[in-house]
Amino acid sequence: MSETITATHAPDRYLETFEQFSRGAATQLGWLKALRQEGFARFSETGFPTTHDEDWRFTNISSISQTPFEIAPRTRIKASDLDQFGLAGFECLLVFVNGRYSSELSHVPNLGTGVKVTSLAEQISTDAAAVEKHLGQYLNIQRDSFAALNTAFIEDGVYVHVARNTALKTPIYVLYVSAPGGAPVMDHPRNLIVVEESAEATVVEDYVSLGEGSAFSNAVTEVVAEPNAIVSHYMLVRAAASSYNVSTLRIQQARSSNVSTHSLLLSGSILRNNVHPVLAGEGGECLINGLFMVNSGQTMDNYMLVEHAAPHCASRQFYNGVLNGQGHGVFHGRIIVHKDAQKTDAKQTNRNLLLSDDAQIDTKPQLEIYADDVKCTHGATIGQVEENALFYLRSRGLDEAAAKHLLLLAFANECLDRMNSEQMRAYIEALVMTWLPDAARYVGAKPSEVERSLEEVG
Amino acid sequence: MSLLEIKNLHASVNGNEILKGINLSVNAGEVHSIMGPNGSGKSTLAGVLARRESYEITQGQILFNGKDLLEMKPEEAACEGLFLAFQYPVEIPGISNAYFLRTALNAIRKFRGEEELDAMDFLPLLREKMRLLEMDEKFLNRPVNEGFSGGEKKRNEIVQLAMLEPKLAVLDETDSGLDIDALKVVSKGVNAMRSKDRAMVLVTHYQRLLNYIVPDFVHVLVNGKIVKSGGPELALELEDKGYSWTENEPVGARR
Repeated sequence: MSETITATHAPDRYLETFEQFSRGAATQLGWLKALRQEGFARFSETGFPTTHDEDWRFTNISSISQTPFEIAPRTRIKASDLDQFGLAGFECLLVFVNGRYSSELSHVPNLGTGVKVTSLAEQISTDAAAVEKHLGQYLNIQRDSFAALNTAFIEDGVYVHVARNTALKTPIYVLYVSAPGGAPVMDHPRNLIVVEESAEATVVEDYVSLGEGSAFSNAVTEVVAEPNAIVSHYMLVRAAASSYNVSTLRIQQARSSNVSTHSLLLSGSILRNNVHPVLAGEGGECLINGLFMVNSGQTMDNYMLVEHAAPHCASRQFYNGVLNGQGHGVFHGRIIVHKDAQKTDAKQTNRNLLLSDDAQIDTKPQLEIYADDVKCTHGATIGQVEENALFYLRSRGLDEAAAKHLLLLAFANECLDRMNSEQMRAYIEALVMTWLPDAARYVGAKPSEVERSLEEVG
Repeated sequence: MSLLEIKNLHASVNGNEILKGINLSVNAGEVHSIMGPNGSGKSTLAGVLARRESYEITQGQILFNGKDLLEMKPEEAACEGLFLAFQYPVEIPGISNAYFLRTALNAIRKFRGEEELDAMDFLPLLREKMRLLEMDEKFLNRPVNEGFSGGEKKRNEIVQLAMLEPKLAVLDETDSGLDIDALKVVSKGVNAMRSKDRAMVLVTHYQRLLNYIVPDFVHVLVNGKIVKSGGPELALELEDKGYSWTENEPVGARR
């Protein structure tokens, strides 16, 4: 993509939309209004990023900045509309439709004392102080205008609070449904997850869309892992071909906390996946694991920013990309080791499998190290399905499609094997499996055949 | 009719003729050894049999079980009962040995019209074969060949052979690089698989293997042709005199 675009200033329509939103917002608490205003002010100042911005140089988001998205209207969908997403196995399910909590589609069982799982809007209306303490305290709206835009439109999302020494084993499954009608719509889910000292929680964010209209989901999740807390976080994006998803995960880690975040990006027009942990206390550990599977007409941009701000912390980044057709993938792996973060152990690996000659991957490590006693490694590979491995499997009786399928699964398994919840692993493996059969057909195909096959499927 | 019938086989790689008229008949129950120096075409022959696609067949015919092997894809040959133990087994990270083998076995069983095996039926069988090859159970869940030592990889090939129960097993330099203990284990596994219904072709550079797996026939392959055939004693003679000895023999050699 040689085309560059000039800086798009936040168009007037966002100002109108914001003013309308502010007037109509359920909560008019002073601190929240101020937070939103601060967010909008920052967004107005910077507008949407362009490919001139170093952090966005591989992904042209002009189709987002130039589409007149309106705040998604309240809408009702049927429970049966959700059947296709296969969520039956999840005991605790919260559903957000067009950014707002739907109590009729959700079921939150009693998760015991010390556990609060509800919608952010509900939590603000009952105990705003607990929210005020954390909301917006970690996210840096200065460096990312999507984060600023989200902050301007804070309304609802999931709120999870797990009290000290409470181990919550049940995964909290949060489904975000974009259900655009005719006109292009946007929502800005805002999630807050607080896990107190020595407590444990698992949270799954799953972004889906209903129908083929254009939707833009711009989510922010702040995760607060207090000392010795264990947090497992999963994020799935399986949006419609006409949908955009930008998500920012901001993790604040205290001493000896252990956070793992697993991303699975399966579909959507442009996906931007920002993961930003800050290891702020000694002995913290963070695992950042991801798998992105890109098809023609899709861009999946993964932007990792791992900050080591305290000594003796370890971070592990593993991202595998499978790129099919004319798909475009990006992995930007930035690690910042601050001056006092001695004995940091940071590792980053990005592996990519190209299934066609026309697929594209941009991968960029970026290490900034200001401490002198650290261990930082990074590596990236780009390759194709290995002929030798294919022959080996075929010589054992697997036909070509099955052999390719197995090799892709093998590649995906490297990521799946890092998931510590058996339930989540099996669930995500099944999602991966639904993606694979078509992909296997394209492996090694000439570009023209790839195009044809895609048309047949589409 | 022989199980395997190779007639006047010529094969090239990138335009260079490697096999220059191979004739070979292998009957069920027989073990044949094909010996030859480096570059004689041994591995090419093994690769052609397993239907590796990088070879161009310019002349000749191969019948396997009465069917035209050269018309078969690798997976079809495998399903018809041909197995190649690789000289360099391939590592497949991300797929466990057990899952891989069950997928392979079920592909072959499906082809044969047999019921697929579930994990409950499959695992005891696999454990038994692994014990035969003295492989620790931990290899069940390890990714296929990843991080295996050379000897472990070769033993894993023979485990696969034992699981897939082919009609014809072609072992491509399975002995190369093995220490004597590993060689004994591998040979024990291979010998356990000898039967009147199964044929084997051992492709090897070294005579040493044939002390442990005694073949019925030995063929010497030099420069793309079988220049000498005989019984097991031929291997000993080769060991004594070296391959250069056969190159001077006129047997069937037309240059």
